[in-house]
Amino acid sequence: MTDLDQFRTETRAWLAANCPLEMREPIRSEKDAVWGGRDQSNLTPAQKSWMDAMAAKGWTVPDWPKAYGGGGLSPAETKILREEMAAIRARNPLNSFGISMLGPALLKYGTEEQKLDHLTKIAKGENRWCQGYSEPNAGSDLAALATSAEDKGDHYLVNGQKVWTSYADKADWIFCLVRTDKTSKQGGISFVLFDMASEGVSTKPILLISGYSPFCETFMDNVKVPKENLVHEENKGWDVAKYLLGHEREMISGMGLASTGGNPLIDGAIATIGLDHDGRLADPLLRASIAMFEVRSKAFGMMSERFIDELKAGRAHPAQPSMMKYYGTELNKSRYELMMAAGGSDALEWESDASSGGATPRAWLRTKANSIEGGTSEVQLNIIAKRILELPSA
Amino acid sequence: MPLYLNDEQQMLRDTARDFIAEHAPVAHLRKLRDDDNPDGLSRDLWKSFADMGFTGILMSEQDGGLGLGHVEAGIVLEEIGRNLSPSPFLTTAVAAVEALKGSPHAARHFPGILSGTTIAALAIDEGPKHREHVALKAERSGNGFKLNGRKRFVQHGHIADLIIVAARTAGAAHEQDGITLFAVDPTMPGIQQDSQRLADSSIATSATFENLHLDADAVIGEIDAGHDPLNRLLRAARTGAAAESLGVGAGAMDMTIGYLKERKQFGQTIGSFQALQHRAAHLYSEMEVARAAVIKAAQLLDSGSEKADDAVSVAKAMTTLATTLAVQEGIQMHGGIGMTDEYDIGFYMKRARVLAEMFGDANFHADKLARAAGY
Ligand SMILES: Cc1cc2nc3c(=O)[nH]c(=O)nc-3n(C[C@H](O)[C@H](O)[C@H](O)COP(=O)(O)OP(=O)(O)OC[C@H]3O[C@@H](n4cnc5c(N)ncnc54)[C@H](O)[C@@H]3O)c2cc1C
Repeated sequence: MTDLDQFRTETRAWLAANCPLEMREPIRSEKDAVWGGRDQSNLTPAQKSWMDAMAAKGWTVPDWPKAYGGGGLSPAETKILREEMAAIRARNPLNSFGISMLGPALLKYGTEEQKLDHLTKIAKGENRWCQGYSEPNAGSDLAALATSAEDKGDHYLVNGQKVWTSYADKADWIFCLVRTDKTSKQGGISFVLFDMASEGVSTKPILLISGYSPFCETFMDNVKVPKENLVHEENKGWDVAKYLLGHEREMISGMGLASTGGNPLIDGAIATIGLDHDGRLADPLLRASIAMFEVRSKAFGMMSERFIDELKAGRAHPAQPSMMKYYGTELNKSRYELMMAAGGSDALEWESDASSGGATPRAWLRTKANSIEGGTSEVQLNIIAKRILELPSA
Repeated sequence: MPLYLNDEQQMLRDTARDFIAEHAPVAHLRKLRDDDNPDGLSRDLWKSFADMGFTGILMSEQDGGLGLGHVEAGIVLEEIGRNLSPSPFLTTAVAAVEALKGSPHAARHFPGILSGTTIAALAIDEGPKHREHVALKAERSGNGFKLNGRKRFVQHGHIADLIIVAARTAGAAHEQDGITLFAVDPTMPGIQQDSQRLADSSIATSATFENLHLDADAVIGEIDAGHDPLNRLLRAARTGAAAESLGVGAGAMDMTIGYLKERKQFGQTIGSFQALQHRAAHLYSEMEVARAAVIKAAQLLDSGSEKADDAVSVAKAMTTLATTLAVQEGIQMHGGIGMTDEYDIGFYMKRARVLAEMFGDANFHADKLARAAGY
């Protein structure tokens, strides 16, 4: 038996023993996902035990170094762990912007102190992070951001406003882009971290078309940010910001992947529409649309696997996350359009118990943001055109 | 296994890329067409494929081959696609070799395939659309069989030394059981082939079988259990056609991106127009996804995975969708010159259309996936 075979055997046994059965059920709504943070009062015992067991092995972030709370696994071992988790339909033990966005950026740009402090807490699910990038006048043109950070010797004084800050009202800390130099657009941006409990920070939820308020306006009024919370050098925050965006796009592209447990689109269509005497979905045009969607969906699953393999081997084009983000999010929007068509009037119910409080229509509306958040589809296409295809600028 | 080419596979790709681009670029196809070449391909090129070892990729080392797999066959096919090189590689070195492997026919035909003298054709389709129906009758007669019926879209049939025929020895047309696969010498009396030049200037025949007598040893595998070698053949052929189609799409895309960087209108290169940039970037994305599907299907075939069938259908359908887009966008973004015979992009569109129909189009494979998923 090779080392990898042995690792697979041991991993399989460990998962079987440690993954609670409730954590092998498909994710049905927002509250099924575990985000961690200082306030863990809303976690179920199964969620808590699954997160803690995985964190103890470093497997919430399997490929991070052990010194920072990771599992220290090789790419091949990480892939095996993911495969074995998928095989028992294990849920992700911990979702977090700390894992998918800030972590990679700190691993690359953080000081040793920053890594030891923040990464370890992220790995254990102790701190929940939010992302302070967008501002009212800096969306796609992110580098136009105006939130200012004035140098006060041992700290910066931060003033300004962020918008669309996902979970700002639930987060413990924020990674935030601020302007430290007004004379240079991209070269005047710095990347700072601060505690959301700091004096002068306030948030105001924004109601979305889905009826939820997952994100906020975030206001900074004379917020003191200690200098040790600067990541990378002053005025070099744009490098960190872009590197992090690559990881954010990777994460968002994952939304285009079919869920591991069953296929809600197909199951739902069969349940509402039924099969004809040949065992085919009784609505032939919808069946054709779903079948063609499934071709792309399955192929994109293969693309995701290929992308991760190439990334780990250092073979992926640095702008490839833009392609993944573009394709995955557009795909996810089509999936939900089909789910709505398959559900018919059942999928219109907004509040009923039968519809779990309108889970499908709310999720459908939520997917419309996939091609906006983390950089719009149009922005991704611009990046692919310029950086991968090397097409000229106007 | 990671979803990218390993070092040896990359070396093979570099070799195949250089060799095929040098010996069989689009100009090679153009010349064959302009000369109205009756073979539709160059036998010398086929021999040189043999010299390169390509024809033995899927044969074991005991059989004199390279003992490689579908990933490697796909590498060669992608380059064939990129250069639109007319070649019997797919029908012969991939499909026929897979069907004959492990049977007594291997000893008879593999040496000719290895040396680039044998060309094999496949007589499988019976209507204008590929279906998994086999109606052509093979009745027992003496110590052998008598075949009656008609096959369509027999590529290279007119110059083939060997035709693999799927026939029905029992049961009904749609059933898996009762199919028998035969290795047939096309010069035998009882076979009538009617050659047709296709849109891409390749040649395929309609083959009529009228009381063709075959000895029992013409059977490949077991009588009535021909679906086994036939499925092997089809999986390999579909994956191979997907790889070739990927090459056609990639070739068309590269040509188009190149043109976008070169052609000027309104005082600027047309590639600086965002409307075109977005379409090019979208096309790139579709092609990347198709590429992942091709290597995945080939790897699963090579590892003998039970998930291979689904992946093969995904690969064939996805490459058909992506490459169709590539050739359509290709002509549109070239403007008027894209419509001229003198310019190569039109050849890509024609080849893409032929490959789309080969071994099941995107709809066929989407339907197959749907049925496998129970809807
Ligand atoms: C659900 C959700 C969660 C989010 N979470 C966060 C978060 O946690 N933190 C955070 O900082 N931000 C967050 N965002 C903000 C998000 O990153 C921005 O909305 C996004 O970058 C687009 O900016 P904008 O909304 O200002 O749109 P605009 O930039 O005003 O874009 C409007 C339209 O113009 C198009 N457009 C703009 N520029 C170009 C161009 N050059 N070429 C072609 N088309 C162009 C866009 O594609 C879009 O269609 C979130 C957004 C959503 C919807």
